[in-house]
Amino acid sequence: MTDQTNQDRVFEVDDIHVTFDTPDGKVEAVRGVSLHVDRGETVAVVGESGSGKSQIMMAAMGLLASNGRAVGAVRYRGQNILNLPPGQLNKLRGAKITMIFQEPMTSLDPLYTIEDQLSEPLRVHGGLTRAQASARVLELLRLVRIPDPERRMKSYPYEMSGGQRQRVMIAMALANDPDLLIADEPTTALDVTIQAEILRLLAELQRKLGMSILFITHDLGIVEAFADRVYVMRQGRLEEDGPTARIFHAPATDYTRMLLAAEPEGEKPPVPDSAPVLLQGQDVEITFGKPGGFLSKSNLFKAVKGVDLTLREKQTIGVVGESGSGKSTLGRGLLQLLPAAGRVIYLGRDINGLTRQAMKQHRDGLQMVFQDPYGSLSPRMTVSEIVTEGLLVHEPGLTRKERAARAAQALEDVGLSGAMRNRFPHEFSGGQRQRIAIARAVVLRPRVIVLDEPTSALDRSVQKQVIDLLRGLQEEHALSYIFISHDLAVVRAMSDYVMVMKEGKIVEEGPTAQIFDAPQQEYTHSLMRAAFDLKSLLDAG
Amino acid sequence: MTDTAFTDAAVGGRSLWATAMMRLRRNRAAMASIFVLALLGVLAIFGPPLAPHSYSQVYPEFVKVRPSLAPYPQAEQVIPAAERALSRARVEMGEIVVENGTVHIPISSAREIDPRLARYLERSDIFSGAQVAELSADGKTATVTAEVQQLYFLMGTDANGRDLLARILISLRISLMIGALATAVALVIGVAYGATAGFLGGRIDNLMMRFVDILYSLPFVFFVILLVVFFGRNLVLMFLAVGAVEWLDMARIVRGQTLSLRRREFVQAAEALGVSSGAIIRRHIVPNTLGTVIIYMTLLIPKVILLESFLSFLGLGVQEPLTSLGVLISEGAKNMRNAPFMLFFPAVTMTILLFALNFLGDGLRDALDPKDR
Repeated sequence: MTDQTNQDRVFEVDDIHVTFDTPDGKVEAVRGVSLHVDRGETVAVVGESGSGKSQIMMAAMGLLASNGRAVGAVRYRGQNILNLPPGQLNKLRGAKITMIFQEPMTSLDPLYTIEDQLSEPLRVHGGLTRAQASARVLELLRLVRIPDPERRMKSYPYEMSGGQRQRVMIAMALANDPDLLIADEPTTALDVTIQAEILRLLAELQRKLGMSILFITHDLGIVEAFADRVYVMRQGRLEEDGPTARIFHAPATDYTRMLLAAEPEGEKPPVPDSAPVLLQGQDVEITFGKPGGFLSKSNLFKAVKGVDLTLREKQTIGVVGESGSGKSTLGRGLLQLLPAAGRVIYLGRDINGLTRQAMKQHRDGLQMVFQDPYGSLSPRMTVSEIVTEGLLVHEPGLTRKERAARAAQALEDVGLSGAMRNRFPHEFSGGQRQRIAIARAVVLRPRVIVLDEPTSALDRSVQKQVIDLLRGLQEEHALSYIFISHDLAVVRAMSDYVMVMKEGKIVEEGPTAQIFDAPQQEYTHSLMRAAFDLKSLLDAG
Repeated sequence: MTDTAFTDAAVGGRSLWATAMMRLRRNRAAMASIFVLALLGVLAIFGPPLAPHSYSQVYPEFVKVRPSLAPYPQAEQVIPAAERALSRARVEMGEIVVENGTVHIPISSAREIDPRLARYLERSDIFSGAQVAELSADGKTATVTAEVQQLYFLMGTDANGRDLLARILISLRISLMIGALATAVALVIGVAYGATAGFLGGRIDNLMMRFVDILYSLPFVFFVILLVVFFGRNLVLMFLAVGAVEWLDMARIVRGQTLSLRRREFVQAAEALGVSSGAIIRRHIVPNTLGTVIIYMTLLIPKVILLESFLSFLGLGVQEPLTSLGVLISEGAKNMRNAPFMLFFPAVTMTILLFALNFLGDGLRDALDPKDR
């Protein structure tokens, strides 16, 4: 792409500004960004959440929220398409410029079959007959490699997995031979192995069809493996841009360097076998659904099948697996938040099946931190109320003042100022909220904390801070963690023992170094490759 | 623990409620509605004692008089009224003169005039301070003087000669009271019941909601008629009856909300802390359903007021001389042909009240919109 003549310039954004009118005043989401995409090129726009990277594309496609306004120019082959009336924009939108979104679960209408959804735009825009459209749908489904496409055409979205739905979305985007495919975090909601497959498919389709791809993501791993050129965005401005190799090997700005260095690093030495055992699960099984009754059919689903686990003092066990592998369910079962079969031994006592009342005395020792920092804090309580709630239960003798002191202490422990204690959760960023959630757990001085994807909803740089915080707290308070995550890089940095789960069973377990460096099982191997060696996987395809 | 964190003044936060209030304040229609509602509330509380007439006072001389800014009686009414009043005294009347708000009636009789005949005039709503003056020596001729009353009926009077303004003020009080109290009853029962059922889930939820379904299937009017037959017509009973029916919707709404909140991580986090079910419902579930509940409440109040009107229309509502907007409208409807104002004023009042409540409900829904969380 050295020759950048005007015919080659497919898409160009020129000094675009996007502002939103909110009840709290004007918010400038994008402040003067210019970028361009040439024919056949893959360009990535990276940035942390809130950097405005998605809003540029929304503005270009006329999809801004009703309170948003865009100023500047967006050119498709030299023609300005910004703020065009929908009628004219629709000639390009969905035909020559297409988009795929993050959420494959919600982008398809659940009431129509795959064939209906794919063929409708072909019949309406392309003027094809029903039979022609049907044939084209089949062709498209083959193109995106959906297995058994003849049968899949007749299925409804709910019958397909997330990865397959994303393939359908890609097929939809390809239906009218686009020049430019805008992919807005298309793999963020998918498991790593599925993500690798989708990326591979995209790379392959690009080679075959010669379109350009504008890829919006926060994941630098994907960018390095996938893009030709990179734009780095921060707070609505362009931080720097350049060829991928240059950005990754010689970043020009501190921010890019910080992003690149934000990969979690470090490792945790294993604990000695002599360390006391805190929590032990023996043959833990968790079943959902209802057993068959007089009239109803049995509807049971075993989410966790016979898992054994031994957690020692100061140990961190990483539980990895893809979505639906039962890893979160296992964590909840161990803490008696879900009914489980088998034995769960905490400090030498079997706590499995205890009543709420009997379980209460153990709760302060067994805490949990949840994945979604936006959902795990009650939105109508102040931070101080949230953090001290557990103290009301477990140390009812404390005075109000003592409680406030403990809350302030816990907040300082997690790196927040005690002066923040009267604020409400929505006034904090995602990383700060996760700190509050951690403060809520540590204020009770627990022995064991189950961390259920505590860093998945956070930006990489924030992730790193939270990991450092968790490590520090572990040292300081002699905590033991069960660290549940699908993010292998984080698990490698945090844990000294790893269990790999698949379909409710442990397929492999062992010390971290052994699992990561010399995986024995094929499944573990494919996970590692998708997570750490995306480039080779894409090239292979 | 250092004391520094304590000496630092804790930074105050802006709660979601405060944000919602701020947003509401920008909504002009909603703010106007709040103002109108406050005005109506003040009128309902302080209006009846301050009104020029008592809501129960009957003026037989002024049945269904038209609304007017001028005082009653009007000039042409005075002389016929005086003649009518004194005709019972069986005396001869001379020419009646009205001047400066006083009426002078020369009378003569074959017998001696009894000064007590002034009472005939007093009995009329029009005159006060009647006395027999200038009694002649033989006691057979005299002049009766009386002051002519100045009565204002800004909204006219009803079919019994009661001031409509006073009636509307008292009916506003009753209607708002029924609206607020029945809604409060529905709110308390509905929220507690719905949150409990939704949170506990499983078989208990099933049982509780089937009970609600059974109550739903009882015909409401039949239920109220039964209550009235057993206990007589009673205002408190009305509150209970209406509230006891309306909580069913509230319980279903709150249960639905609770079911979705139940799956939220902050509720699970509270469970992991060992917080008891009661405290979780109180601290986590109920405050988070309140947004929806408040919106539903502003829509429930008009519904209850309308329901009460309907019952009053059927004759099952409040008892005379108390009245409610529904009763007034029903009476107005009967007299629509000869006294349209009797329908107009109560209907306008009701409409303003319902409009204000609905606009406020709408504004609150926008202000509490959870999308902005």
